[in-house]
Amino acid sequence: MKSLEDLEKKINSELTTKINNTEIKHNQIYIETDKEDIIDVVIFLKTNEDTKFRQLIDITVVDYPEQNQRFELVYLFLSHEFNQRLIVKYSIAENEVIPSLTSIFPSANWMEREVFDMYGVSFKDHPDLRRILTDYGFEGHPLRKDFPLTGHSEVRYSEDQKKVISEPVKLEQNYRNFDYESPWEGTKYIKEEIKNNDKKN
Amino acid sequence: MTKKIKNLNLNFGPQHPAAHGVLRLILELDGEVVEKADPHIGLLHRGTEKLIENKTYMQAVPYFDRLDYVAPMNQEHAFALAVEKILKIDVPIRAQYIRVIFCEIGRILSHILNVTTQALDVGALTPSLWGFEERETLMTFYERASGSRLHANYFRAGGVHQDLPKGLEEDITKFCETFPKIINDLESLLTDNRIFKQRNVDIGVVTKEDALDYSFSGVMIRGSGVPWDLRKSQPYDCYGSLDFKIPVGKNGDCYDRYLCRIEEMKESVSIIKQCLAKMEKGPIKSLDGKISPPPKAEIKQSMEALIHHFKLFTEGYRVAKDEIYTAVEAPKGEFGVYLISDGSSKPYKCKIRAPGFSHLQSMDYLIRGHMLADVPAVLGSLDIVFGEVDR
Repeated sequence: MKSLEDLEKKINSELTTKINNTEIKHNQIYIETDKEDIIDVVIFLKTNEDTKFRQLIDITVVDYPEQNQRFELVYLFLSHEFNQRLIVKYSIAENEVIPSLTSIFPSANWMEREVFDMYGVSFKDHPDLRRILTDYGFEGHPLRKDFPLTGHSEVRYSEDQKKVISEPVKLEQNYRNFDYESPWEGTKYIKEEIKNNDKKN
Repeated sequence: MTKKIKNLNLNFGPQHPAAHGVLRLILELDGEVVEKADPHIGLLHRGTEKLIENKTYMQAVPYFDRLDYVAPMNQEHAFALAVEKILKIDVPIRAQYIRVIFCEIGRILSHILNVTTQALDVGALTPSLWGFEERETLMTFYERASGSRLHANYFRAGGVHQDLPKGLEEDITKFCETFPKIINDLESLLTDNRIFKQRNVDIGVVTKEDALDYSFSGVMIRGSGVPWDLRKSQPYDCYGSLDFKIPVGKNGDCYDRYLCRIEEMKESVSIIKQCLAKMEKGPIKSLDGKISPPPKAEIKQSMEALIHHFKLFTEGYRVAKDEIYTAVEAPKGEFGVYLISDGSSKPYKCKIRAPGFSHLQSMDYLIRGHMLADVPAVLGSLDIVFGEVDR
């Protein structure tokens, strides 16, 4: 499709109920769908003559620990032919197993392994679901919001045992995260004035 | 008598000089033919994305230098663009030219390293000696602009950190005059070299279709004949107003990718020359006091500047709730940042899309059926830097 508006219409009319919401911003199109429909949506986007999203750029997850559906899966696509970018998203709860895209895009293999490694989201039918970036035998999923920045364990070479050992993190000084955010936003009437100005704009 | 023959498993790396860093490649060999390759990565994983979530937007910039440490400023560029788009701020034209100049210098830095080390991997020593001399000159330019040779920390949302020092523009112009001769010298050593061609022609062939399926970008996709370059197709900063060509390969083998890189270096020189010719005096960062720190002299005089300075370096600027994916054409391919802001002064999430990650992933597909000696040639032409693969 030539323009993003046409593309939005096309996607909505062809996929109808499989699409929950579409939005255009920053010259990209954002689509929300469901876990059950993701495979159909991706196959359509890849093969349809008017979309041709032939390249999967990346897969990632956003963690919202306070929500019921904790993880939001994000798929980024690129169409070279029409020079358009598209983002597909859906939310899942913590222990849900989701379909793998490896049969459609071979490059999804490592991307899904990374998601599994960093967030602990499991994929069904993935040929080789192992950790990828973290150490052999690592525990936990580092990019979850409830994983501490300093981690749980550290490794060092032990002179006594003559091997690399893992032990709980001991820091000389704990990681300090100062709260610099200003609580002071001005008095009440200034706040109201700012709000009114925002409305006018 | 029959003998049972078992495939041999070979550990290539993590301390192998041709592994280009800390790659552990487990090869399954049948004689000298590679049956399967399983790259183990993550030995340089530093949790960049997690760290960025805990820093302000300004503090996040140096982490980008440490990804692809061969072309640091190209990465900073992607992050700066993402923040600028969310904040909806304009970048002064002089800053755009400075950024493009240093991105192209980064491209030359990266391509020299890759071309010469690839030659080294297949047995040619001289190119690397000649190439590294030029890299040294280029890194001095980095140092003069930003204060450090590698980890520049120079780009900011809204422009660059400081203006170019006196005389740097002239020196870069001089370099642009002499450098094409060095490229020709390198070419005279390699392009028609019988051994170099025997080692690279028809090795690691990627078809157009596979290049798309395996999420290739940059030279990897152009080498296979797909004319795709983000500087042309989705121009950012002042690339739209510059005149340059995109070299495209034909066969998709290691040799074509080498040729693409050589041609790209020539184009980069031409881009730098155009920028230097067009550049005029002017501001080098956004004039919005809520985003760009004030000049030092002003802090001594103005109360407002002092407050701005203090707030910017403690709390940092806040970025409205939004999400965006921006990509730049880094030397290795499409380098992207998927940024989610939540209205505070720290990113909620910052996913880094590194081109090397998807390129290395295809190692098994590229090397299957090749000889063991082709592994360094293919690996060299993928242009892998572990800083960005492992993040």
